[in-house]
Order: sequence, then structure tokens, then C-alpha cells
Amino acid sequence: MQPEFEPTIQALKKEFNAQISEFRGDVSAIIPAENIVSAAKMLRDEFDFSLLSTMTAVDHWPEEKPRFDMLYQFTSVSKVLSLSVLVQVPGINPSLPTITGIFKNAIWREREVWDMFGIKFEGHPDLRRILMPADWEGHPLRKDYPLGYEEPQFTFNFEEIDLRKPYAKE
Amino acid sequence: MGVEQKLANMGAVTTTLETVVNWSRTRAMWPLLFGLACCAIEMMAAEGAHYDMSRFGMELMRPSPRQSDLMIVAGRVSRKMAPVLRRLYDQMPEPKWVIAMGDCASCGGVFNNYAVVAGVDEIVPVDIYIAGCPPRPEALIHGIMTLYDKVNHEKIKDRA
Repeated sequence: MQPEFEPTIQALKKEFNAQISEFRGDVSAIIPAENIVSAAKMLRDEFDFSLLSTMTAVDHWPEEKPRFDMLYQFTSVSKVLSLSVLVQVPGINPSLPTITGIFKNAIWREREVWDMFGIKFEGHPDLRRILMPADWEGHPLRKDYPLGYEEPQFTFNFEEIDLRKPYAKE
Repeated sequence: MGVEQKLANMGAVTTTLETVVNWSRTRAMWPLLFGLACCAIEMMAAEGAHYDMSRFGMELMRPSPRQSDLMIVAGRVSRKMAPVLRRLYDQMPEPKWVIAMGDCASCGGVFNNYAVVAGVDEIVPVDIYIAGCPPRPEALIHGIMTLYDKVNHEKIKDRA
């Protein structure tokens, strides 16, 4: 671990009971969901992690305990450091507090996570779909979402599919 | 050599109305300026000086659907883009034609998932399908020539 990380890691452990792990120099911290807002505020104000470079989620379905990992990647431009913060989210009614009050770009990132994984962000100013059409049902990047959309058309089943394919008439 | 020999001294030629109408339709068929993915790069190459589609009266890509006769669907169409594509098609004045350029527009290509429409023929009626991923400019020009051939054999009463 780079020595520059030490004060940040110690503070995260002390304040938010974080579990720290490291893999090939990439440091990640698992913190409880209720602490994410204050942790993001602390990282930005005290440790100079001024950039929220990405937000995404991981679906561990059919594992249910916990189903989702929410991942925040914070970057410190001045110290040239990058830190992952993971929050575990349960599969039933997944929701998290929003960090849009601390990082403005989280408005779009949280909309994307809501669109793709269906994790609700409490307090988000405008939580609607960002990538899929507004009337879309379901959240496509969930593991239990059906994979394919249409049966592929090969030589052996060409006519069968051709009959029921919804061609545009006019 | 040329038309003056046909004229003789009469100043008139005889032909059928369909031939004249179809000839005029093919000789200035302006495509809609509408690229969706990598096929659009090949479409631009076909429009450029090297392949020079203006030889066939297609030097103008119209950015407005109301001035264009031909829609070249160049690229994969996502589900979110599909209503936009249909709307552009509806805004084009009759007579209008559609070319599905490339595998993605023809049948979905390598994509079979929630996000991409499996063939643009589910949204708009397609006249010509061009295979390739992406098709080379020659293939696009061949597709357009095939469309011209189709238009030249159209009957006016079939369109009405």
C-alpha cells in the first residue's frame, strides 16, 4: 500500500468501522451503508479526494446476502491516489442514501445505477431512467434479467421465425 | 453521338410516362444524412471523392428528412433510437425508400440483447439489405444500384 493512503485508511477505520482490503496496490474499503454520505464528505473535505470518478454496482445473484455491491471510486487529483469504497446493499428493496449533495456528478451516475440495477437513491433530486426508454420495465444489468431478446434466425428455423417476426408494413 | 441522333428533325421523343418518372426518381435520389454507427464511416467514404456517389446524382446528403428520398440506416438501432428512426421515416415525403446498410441494421448482426433492435425491418419497411460488417463503399454503391433497378421496374399504380 502506498504510504500516502495511511491517514485516509486510519480515519475510515476509526470513524466508519471500515474493512480495508488491498489487491495489487488497489485499495478498497467496505463501509456500512448508512455512513456513505459522511464518508464521502470526509474524503472530499479532509483527504482531498476531489473527484468521484465512477459509480457502479455488482450483482451477486443468486447470492442474497448481500445481493448488490455498490462501488464508489474516489480520486485525489493532487495526491494521485484512487480509492474504491464498497457498500453492500440487500436484494429486496435495495436503496441507499444519495451523495448528490457532495458530488454533483453523482446525479447522472446514480440515475444510471438506478436504471441498470434498480438501486434506489433516497433524496436524489431527479431519479429517472437515463439510458433505457422511460417506459422500460426491469433493470437490464441484473443477473436475473432475461439475457437474449429474440431467438436467432438460422437456416433451419428461418421460416418459422419469419412468420412471427413483426415486420413493419408501411 | 447521343440524344441529337434520336431527335432527328422532330424535336420530340416518345417514351412511357413510367420510364420518365422512374428515371427522374433515380437520378436525384437524395439520402438522409443519418449515421448511427461504424457503417456511417463507410457511407461517408462512399460519399467522398474517392468513391464519389455524386456520379449517381447522390452528392447531396440532406440533413432534413423533408428533403430526402432515401433513408440509409447505417448502423445498429437501439431500442431508444427506434421511435426516433420511425419518426424521421414518417417525416420523409413520398415516394421514399429505405436501405438497411450492414448486418446490424439488417438483422441485428452480432447483437442479440435487450438494447438493440433485431433488424430495422421491425420499424420501417426495408427495400434493400446490404450485407457486411461494415460493407465496403462498393457494396453500398451496389446496393444503391440494385435499388435503382427496383425503382426502374416500379409501376405507378402500385405506389398509389
